[in-house]
Amino acid sequence: MAIGEAAGLKLGKASRDAFGAALKELGNEFPKFVTVDGDVGNSTRTEVFAKAFPDRAFNVGIAESNMVGVASGLASAGKIPVVSSFAVFLLANAFDQIRMCVAYPEVNVKLVGSHAGISIGEDGASQMGIEDVSLACSLPGMTVIVPADATSTRKATRAMLEHVGPVYLRCGRIELPEIYQADSPFVIGKANTVKEGDDVTIIANGLMVGVALDAAAQLAKGGTSARVVDMHTVKPLDEATILRAAEETGRIVVAEEHLMTGGLGAAVAATVARTRPVPIEFVNLGDRYAESGDPQGLLQKYGLTAEAIVAAVEKVKRR
Amino acid sequence: MANATGMEIERLKETAKAIRRLIITITTEAGSGHPTSSLSAVEVVTALYFGGFLRHHKENPRDPLRDRFILSKGHAVPVLYSALCQAGYYSVDEIRTLRKLGSPFEGHPNMKRLETMEASTGSLGQGLSLGVGHALGCRLDGIDAHTYVMLGDGEMGEGQVWEAVASAEKYRLSNLTAIVDQNGFQQTGSTKDVLDLKPFAPKFEAFGWHTQVIDGNSMESVVSALETVKSVTDRPTAIISQTKKGFGILPILEAAGDLNYHGKPLSHELAQQALSLLS
Repeated sequence: MAIGEAAGLKLGKASRDAFGAALKELGNEFPKFVTVDGDVGNSTRTEVFAKAFPDRAFNVGIAESNMVGVASGLASAGKIPVVSSFAVFLLANAFDQIRMCVAYPEVNVKLVGSHAGISIGEDGASQMGIEDVSLACSLPGMTVIVPADATSTRKATRAMLEHVGPVYLRCGRIELPEIYQADSPFVIGKANTVKEGDDVTIIANGLMVGVALDAAAQLAKGGTSARVVDMHTVKPLDEATILRAAEETGRIVVAEEHLMTGGLGAAVAATVARTRPVPIEFVNLGDRYAESGDPQGLLQKYGLTAEAIVAAVEKVKRR
Repeated sequence: MANATGMEIERLKETAKAIRRLIITITTEAGSGHPTSSLSAVEVVTALYFGGFLRHHKENPRDPLRDRFILSKGHAVPVLYSALCQAGYYSVDEIRTLRKLGSPFEGHPNMKRLETMEASTGSLGQGLSLGVGHALGCRLDGIDAHTYVMLGDGEMGEGQVWEAVASAEKYRLSNLTAIVDQNGFQQTGSTKDVLDLKPFAPKFEAFGWHTQVIDGNSMESVVSALETVKSVTDRPTAIISQTKKGFGILPILEAAGDLNYHGKPLSHELAQQALSLLS
């Protein structure tokens, strides 16, 4: 069963495709942005922009460290560089460059990691960004966005360009269910409640928002009313929405396509512990690397499913 | 300073001496820092800021039309603070706060706190990439500004430097100049012993750069090298500036038995001797 099918959602584009299309759409409106690539523009989809605006697209080759440094220099020269590569090569390979040349001097560089999560599939663990959110969040002043569908990715791309300061935007490779309408709001740092509910709140981002909506549909059949919150911005975190969820539903489950360490779950837990301690359960990759395989099979094997969320909800209800 | 006269060279040499005195003064007062890594670079920095090579604007340090100087070997920042002080950007009292709590004159350049710093550096090997970005950005905007990046010979061991070298050639950045301050030492000893990357010039040449090898502690050589930079219009230039670490106070370092003298300030007593030597 495809993600979102149980919730009655239609499959749309992958977030990387929406990102590439958005860059092209916004090219004339934001004449100052340029792209800097590490020779994977056909995968990250910046090539869609590069074909339309060749003078504003730089491919510096397979050299992520230099790529980030060049972007920082371009930002100091007044440009808005959008730097992209696979999430793991960008965040893990060039982490010190991101720290020294982007975060520490707080320059206006936009980092976009595609191929995040295990859902990239057959290429295996070396290509899967599963630590990227943790690495990005660890940097002071970094804004970290994980959109849940194509429409919100387009809006996130615009918001990222409008925002002044370093941003990390996470994209994935597989098609996602369409959760949002063209007129749905997208504000950095402000979560969207995509389904109301009273018994438990499932806080998710990225691909797991669609999965959470499937879980909520299953839970409804058993008489449990689940609220689903799309926490598309991991940093700065929308603490008000989390506090309200803790107060109004008393239980929280956090679901993400990321390791436990330093991701959305850890961020939500820290907020809940400090503001209104309520039971929390987590659905994520835990502390392990995945393997090669088809995306759906991987999501099943590594427990990123509606069933896993339902089980976590049952568990949190018993506590 | 096209065809610099003898008088102008003498003026630059006097300025270099004053900058050396400031470097000694502020690092000794700070009680930490890298005086010898700064001293090797004095002629180049002096020529850039006082020889008319680097367009800079005291009233508007971030003027988009300015030329850029990026100090990739960020630990040598006392040379930059001292040059800017000599140029009237800061008072001696201000730069005397070097490395002290609350001072914007930090141990390594911080562009967020000092608008005269083009980059925040201190993790070695990254400055040339920043320079490539500046040069590309200026070219995109049709701004005729030149970017100079000073690297240490030790940091040439970072692979990123060569990534940057390759990308500068790809974009034929004739508005970019790399200056390698080849003083022969790095933290734990001679670069020859730690990681011998010499000769630099053929390596840059192999990447398609225009190169020059000069005596970087000779003001005449430095000025003459900088004069030729802008005549190279089809590719970036590398100046291999062969220098001596601690140049200007070598007899003192020799007497102290440590020609590297890395990452430590002179004692007040040695500083006094150094200042008399430079008076």
